[in-house]
Amino acid sequence: MLTAHWLYGISACLIMIFGLRAALLHDSLLLRIIALNIMGTGVFMMLITIAYRGPDAAPDPIPHALVLTGIVVAVSATALALTLLRRLTEEQDND
Amino acid sequence: MINTIIWLVAMPLSGALATLLLKRYATAIAIGTGIATSISAAILLYAVATEGVMLYEIGGWSAGLGIALRADGLSALLSMMTAIVLLASSIYASAYFKENSVRSRFWPLWLLLWCSLNALLLSGDLFNLYVTLELLGLSAVALASLGGKTAALQAALRYLLVGLLGSMLFLAGVTLVYAGYGTLDLAALSREVTAGPIAWTALTLMTVGLLLKTALFPLHFWLPPAHASAPAPVSAVLSALVVKATFYLLMRLWLDIFSDVVTPIAANLLGILGAAAVLWGSWQALRAERLKLLAAYSTVAQLGYLFLFFPLLAALPAGPARDAAMGGLVILALTHGLAKSGLFLAIGVIQQRSGHDTIRDLDGTAQRLPATTFAIALSGIALIGLPPSGAFLGKWQLLAASFSSGQWLWVVVIMIGTLLAAAYTFRVLGHAFGKQPYPRRPVSIATEEWPALILTAFATIGLGLAGAPVWQLLKVSL
Repeated sequence: MLTAHWLYGISACLIMIFGLRAALLHDSLLLRIIALNIMGTGVFMMLITIAYRGPDAAPDPIPHALVLTGIVVAVSATALALTLLRRLTEEQDND
Repeated sequence: MINTIIWLVAMPLSGALATLLLKRYATAIAIGTGIATSISAAILLYAVATEGVMLYEIGGWSAGLGIALRADGLSALLSMMTAIVLLASSIYASAYFKENSVRSRFWPLWLLLWCSLNALLLSGDLFNLYVTLELLGLSAVALASLGGKTAALQAALRYLLVGLLGSMLFLAGVTLVYAGYGTLDLAALSREVTAGPIAWTALTLMTVGLLLKTALFPLHFWLPPAHASAPAPVSAVLSALVVKATFYLLMRLWLDIFSDVVTPIAANLLGILGAAAVLWGSWQALRAERLKLLAAYSTVAQLGYLFLFFPLLAALPAGPARDAAMGGLVILALTHGLAKSGLFLAIGVIQQRSGHDTIRDLDGTAQRLPATTFAIALSGIALIGLPPSGAFLGKWQLLAASFSSGQWLWVVVIMIGTLLAAAYTFRVLGHAFGKQPYPRRPVSIATEEWPALILTAFATIGLGLAGAPVWQLLKVSL
């Protein structure tokens, strides 16, 4: 039976696969950074989905805590990637 | 015995903050922190050797909800190697960076890298490992980009994107593990993991992610440009420690936690990729025109040897033969760490003194920098695996395990790889000798030449002659 739980899980996998595919296929570095973020969203969504413990029980807090940490890490990594990309573009413009 | 696990993480972290705040004293603070962290690593190693596995629960929160740090023989040995390599490279770095602006950006990142390496080696749960992997990746990328030139920035950005892809795949695997077993604690997982679709998928995702970061052939494409365009002390640490840290995780997963899940076919696949890495990396090292590129390709090859152990360890039943092979794997990794960091530091000296690192134009380097050339020769002994280096003991165990399990293919690969390593070492040394007279004093610039000498001497003589405790320490496991 296709419950909302499964719908979330399958969508999470699809988002992950789309992100992965884009990260591998695109030449543009900016597109790759965005694609990796999309892939990350898929992984985070999967973590949120596995916290579900049935309609009557409260969700498992540990995966939720993991997602929060994961988001912080992803934001910092994206910031570093964008900074490097901007410096690289500046250097290439100067050359 | 005092529990120093937390010091290994807390000291470099506070040191990183202190160097950020007190820029004027950054170098002194960093060296002081380095010495203190190394002493803690030595105390931890001694404690693990005498008392067994050490445990520390941060803030008193037990594993599961809190963060548990654990040290067994393997992680204590690797954090000791980390300390030796980083301390020697720190001393070298204090002389290497001449501009204050680069130096003040360098030290905080450097100590942060040390902190994340130790945290990774000592973490007891999978999610914490993911966080430390990311911290390690971010600080390594930032350090690699310090070169500032277009090539360095390009290589650093590619390194970052590959690293991010690797950690995302690892995290997807961690998610599956939690969904399947309801825990992320390594000790609990090694009891509970059983073969099945969840375990296979999780192991595959985590392995592919880690192989990307460990640069196993054919996923090594990002390593040579990133390691060759970084500043010398950074290259030393990237090649010696950062790729070893992800390899350590692969060891934990394949040989411990998921050891019941691993099939012979999967282990053989890793072995074949390792063999390809040995041949391809050594061949490219032989053809390299620049010393740094040679050293980087040699890292690709040396990592390949480590992967040859996987099919052998999977085939050997638990017992003395397997323990002997396991010790061989670890001593090979330790020797490479020390020898390769020494080699990169020596190349850094040559690059700064001669203004280039083109192998063909090294003529007379042996006369101008005898101690540094000697360090390169010592690291060559370790890379080839000649006695009395630690790599000799490691390769001996590798061959013994290949013979006893009847896997002859690896013997051929090891022989070709060894010959190629000898060829690329002698190619460098051949070009280094000139006809000028020798100087009176072999060491001309102490802070720059001694670290490379000490590291390579440790790899070739220290580990070879006093390697037995490694096997003893590995018996202390989680």
